[in-house]
Amino acid sequence: MVVQTAARQADVGTSNVPGEETILSVNNIEVIYDHVVLVLKGVSLTVPRGGIVALLGANGAGKTTTLKAISNLLQAERGEVTKGTIEFNGDKVQALSSNALVQLGCIQVMEGRHCFEHLSIEDNLMSGAYTRKDGAAAIRRDLEMVYEYFPRLRERRRSQAGYTSGGEQQMCAVGRALMSRPEMILLDEPSMGLAPQLVEEIFEIVKKLNEQEGVSFLLAEQNTNVALRYATYGYIMEAGRIVLDGAADELRENEDVKEFYLGVGGEGRKSFKNVKHYKRRKRWLA
Amino acid sequence: MDALYLMFVDPFVQMADAPDFFLQVLWEGLVSGVLYALIALGFVLIFKSSRIFNFAQGIMVVFAALTLVGLYEMGLPAWVSVGVTLLVMYGLAMCVERVVLRPLVGQPDIILFMASIGVTMFLIGFGEFVFGGENKVMITEALGIPTGAIELNPFDGFVLIEEKDLTAVIMAVLLVLGLLLFLNKTAMGRAIRALGDDPQAALSVGISLSQIWVLVWFIAGVIALATGIVWGARAGVSFALEVIAYKALPVLMLGGLESVAGAIIGGIAIGLLEKIFEIYWGQPLLGGNTETWFAFILALVVLLFRPQGLFGERIIERV
Ligand SMILES: Nc1ncnc2c1ncn2[C@@H]1O[C@H](COP(=O)(O)OP(=O)(O)OP(=O)(O)O)[C@@H](O)[C@H]1O
Ligand SMILES: [Mg+2]
Repeated sequence: MVVQTAARQADVGTSNVPGEETILSVNNIEVIYDHVVLVLKGVSLTVPRGGIVALLGANGAGKTTTLKAISNLLQAERGEVTKGTIEFNGDKVQALSSNALVQLGCIQVMEGRHCFEHLSIEDNLMSGAYTRKDGAAAIRRDLEMVYEYFPRLRERRRSQAGYTSGGEQQMCAVGRALMSRPEMILLDEPSMGLAPQLVEEIFEIVKKLNEQEGVSFLLAEQNTNVALRYATYGYIMEAGRIVLDGAADELRENEDVKEFYLGVGGEGRKSFKNVKHYKRRKRWLA
Repeated sequence: MDALYLMFVDPFVQMADAPDFFLQVLWEGLVSGVLYALIALGFVLIFKSSRIFNFAQGIMVVFAALTLVGLYEMGLPAWVSVGVTLLVMYGLAMCVERVVLRPLVGQPDIILFMASIGVTMFLIGFGEFVFGGENKVMITEALGIPTGAIELNPFDGFVLIEEKDLTAVIMAVLLVLGLLLFLNKTAMGRAIRALGDDPQAALSVGISLSQIWVLVWFIAGVIALATGIVWGARAGVSFALEVIAYKALPVLMLGGLESVAGAIIGGIAIGLLEKIFEIYWGQPLLGGNTETWFAFILALVVLLFRPQGLFGERIIERV
């Protein structure tokens, strides 16, 4: 949503599709918790401007850790990026606080929604505008916009967020992020604990936000099926590494993905390590 | 029989017999009560936004009052001294944030508590070093606080209201209302409440911990100065002033550490109850001086039955 200067655009790298401009690139990062637990072992990914990229993988694969590394929320959990770089709009952003990153236009919607439960829905949304300096009128306009995307939030705007339904809380969390006028949203497991129909509803809104507001998304999901229908590109993580990536429709047709993540085929989930024709890709070496 | 009568009947007979005196007692209770409420509010704001039980609140009252009087004695006009003292309290808030809170972020609560004891020790030493250890007199008149008394005549009797106390009540009420407005109507206030609810989410939307911490410690500083002025006007400015802040502890036990409403209602309730108990039970039956401990006993009794305090924020649970 922010206008780029020409100079800045010049040194923005390219994404996985040639000719597309990159908004976010993560280059071979390592994350260590508590100074000893190595959780990310060299993760690289890129998100093109205006894209929806899915980060897939089972429990504990490291999706949340990756998103938190990007948004600089690891420190509060005694985690640390020890290697690699993260660039947003071509600028290195690891050293920034989450506050500064939100001001640059990159915001995270945390796993498990994390609404401010004693605050009203409207106060929740307004708290998303904390970093803005463009005045009350602009903020009110965006509040209206959020209510247009999420009519249910308008109905519940005076309710304490803690007493609204899971779906409403997820909408509240996304709406709250929107209030910061982001260029990019890091969306962590939006489908968690929601009925299939609601999941669909949330993803439809993500798509609309992407198309109409130009917001880029990196979304972490266990729900591979839905995520790959809405995303343009996907990365699959396992045990702290990216083990496979590709265009969303390719991934959907990929036999291994079908077998292990889409629930097609026989023996349930196994590790990619056990699959003969799979070769781990080390993208950062390529 | 006699003891039972003295305990359960006589006090009420006296209240009914001399309603004007009862009003006087209520008024005195209210004066301390609003101040307890104000201080408790300072505690609650700091606790909600940084999980620190701020042991230093008491000494901040002394420090603010000492600074104010000290500056005045150096020759600054009274209101300029107030302004400079506010600046000093702001500086203190920034130092605490920079030197204590920021390096200790994410540490266990007990460490933060110990750190606030450290701040206390520092303020005692620093205050004595700069302004000396001897008692001072609050610059009540220079600040234009009236010192007369108003006589009211309800029930054909009379109630004496000291203008100093009236000033204290008005100021405390205004400050409490101002704080409530601030918390509920401004973006910063909303951010303080948000941080109290879910620190991680607050970080994720870009709420800056540093900004909020400086702000709440500054608010605590303003509260400390206000209480220092009005309580100092009654009791003089010495390190004994600290005691008033410790009265906030039972208030917090009663009201719950996280509840703004609890701090206000709990503070006023304790102010009233301890005064009533002292006059009608303490003095005739226990030889007086019950105000020093009554509130703590009351709070302990309440805690036995409601560990979260009377007004502890309702914990919202859903899966
Ligand atoms: N604060 C922490 N301290 C130590 N280890 C952690 C911490 N947070 C996560 N981990 C570990 O890091 C690994 C990756 O966790 P992460 O939450 O990133 O996975 P995830 O892919 O998001 O999983 P899920 O789908 O369950 O959300 C896990 O093995 C987890 O135990
Ligand atoms: Mg996760």
